[in-house]
Amino acid sequence: MAWPEGKDIKIVTKNFGVPGSNKISVYMSRGGWQVFNKALAQEPAALIEEVKKSNLRGRGGAGFPTGMKWSFLPKDAPTTYLVVNADESEPGTCKDRELLALDPHLLLEGMLISSYAIGCKHAYIYIRGEMMREAQIVQNAIDEAYDAGFLGKPLQVAGGKTFKLDITLHRGAGAYICGEETGLLNSLEGKRGWPRMKPPFPAIKGLFDAPTAVNNVETIMNLPEIISKGAEYFAKIGMNRSGGTRIVCVSGHVNMPGVYELPIGIPFRELVFDVCGGIPNGRKFKGLIPGGSSMPPLDESELDVPVEFDALMTDPRIKDVEIKPGVPFDLGGGRRLKTMAGSGGVVVFDDSTDVVRLCARIMQFYAHESCGQCTPCREGSGWLARVCKRVASGEGRPGDVELMANVAGGIAGNTICALGDATAWPMLGFLTKFRADFEAKIRKVA
Amino acid sequence: MALEFNEQTKQHVDRILSRYPNKQAALIPVLHVCQEEFGHLSEEVVDLVSRTLSVPHAHIHGVVTFYTMLHEKKVGRHELMVCTNISCMLKGGYDILEHLEKRLGIKRGETTDDGGFTLIEEECLAACANAPMMICGSEYFLDLTPQKVDEILVRLGSVGSDSGSARPRRATPIPRKA
Repeated sequence: MAWPEGKDIKIVTKNFGVPGSNKISVYMSRGGWQVFNKALAQEPAALIEEVKKSNLRGRGGAGFPTGMKWSFLPKDAPTTYLVVNADESEPGTCKDRELLALDPHLLLEGMLISSYAIGCKHAYIYIRGEMMREAQIVQNAIDEAYDAGFLGKPLQVAGGKTFKLDITLHRGAGAYICGEETGLLNSLEGKRGWPRMKPPFPAIKGLFDAPTAVNNVETIMNLPEIISKGAEYFAKIGMNRSGGTRIVCVSGHVNMPGVYELPIGIPFRELVFDVCGGIPNGRKFKGLIPGGSSMPPLDESELDVPVEFDALMTDPRIKDVEIKPGVPFDLGGGRRLKTMAGSGGVVVFDDSTDVVRLCARIMQFYAHESCGQCTPCREGSGWLARVCKRVASGEGRPGDVELMANVAGGIAGNTICALGDATAWPMLGFLTKFRADFEAKIRKVA
Repeated sequence: MALEFNEQTKQHVDRILSRYPNKQAALIPVLHVCQEEFGHLSEEVVDLVSRTLSVPHAHIHGVVTFYTMLHEKKVGRHELMVCTNISCMLKGGYDILEHLEKRLGIKRGETTDDGGFTLIEEECLAACANAPMMICGSEYFLDLTPQKVDEILVRLGSVGSDSGSARPRRATPIPRKA
């Protein structure tokens, strides 16, 4: 693991703590709105190559390589769109809200660079409806950028051409599903946030039927640093095929919950016990959710795994999620499910926690947020919420554990979007890692 | 007479429309503006939006009922959205919600008789490191305790009692004209 500047390296939170960090004057006094010129002096194709080399991966959940995503957009399309996904609502995740409030200009400069790379002339920021305060701050920043001439005015670019970008802030209205990229696009078009069938992927047919790149706030905010210091520098900060830093939001039972920017690859044990000061009130660690509530949890024996996209999916130290004891859940083609780095939301729970009740709350969430389009998710999430709740409240029946695993297995992989998996995976994960807790509740009844 | 926008709001709506390639895309931003202007999205408001954007009533109803922040019925001057999702639950989010139910004399989902408060059990509001928490309008209330909740209620109550409307008039930022 190479951490050239140590673990204190800051890229997307470098201006946190500076008074007035969301003002353009402060941002510019710290070197902001100066990097984009370097990007605009290059050809778009060269920029996309640079981003590919940096190993920047999507920070929203799936960890898809950003440069590769951009390269899927057709080069000759008359209209393309960049849509920044600021619909942060994955339980346990609280990074984008802080990024938007404390450094909106870093996002806007990143958007200018990204838009130029994919040929987008009008970019949208889809911000979660509940984030009214952040919406005001971002709109103020957009206004400042227009007044300064970075937006809405032709800028000189490579080959003697010009490039002009408009940015519009668009508020959502309360629906978790709009964080799913195609649900988001439908919402942005003035419809219900129902996810779309893929293919066609947004890169081919996205917003207003035009090729579209949908990227997370944190992802785009890395762009100025990649351009400024180079792809190799950025790639070296991380580990494996994951470049740069990662913001982890640690909540739940730790002494110092918070939003931390760390080089990709720090082990969970270090995160929980060093960075966050361990478990309060003399309690013991029981488990954690590694990347938002959609991800299967980890138990104490799995804490030495690094916080990194590939490690969380493949590290042999993480147990396979099972459909029943001894039978691994099949993701298709024999692929095993471990867990994922997801959105960076780490939720820690101590040994006093009623794990079944925790799981039931997660199921209640997905049942509430299912958009109702696909039967397995619409019906299955309700089943899981009801059965898990009755087990949690001490009214479980013999066979309920098997019933929940069966229903979850019927949802996973059978829906248009990943919300179905996001319901089934944690259910199976909790049953795999904490089965005894569920069985004890049911035994008490029987 | 059919409901119309006042001049200022109409300009606001025109600015919004200038940011999208078609009128339907402006639907949710315009509904936000309407909710701030008219309080809730009554049948008359839906009709006004339908005429303004050339979008059918049925489509607007589908959208309004899909999103939790859009209201067909009147809500309280202060909407208290209390998070009870996992990070908040682990730190006592349900205690906060139950405390509010007791103090306001209503259950979650209800509005007080004087129209002052609507209490909502919310899903994760992206402030997990400061759990338990709630929001009211554009204000975040973090690291809550029952004592803090009492203080907040006193403050909000005194703001809302005589001013008639304590809703933020412009929660939706006004976009620049394209």
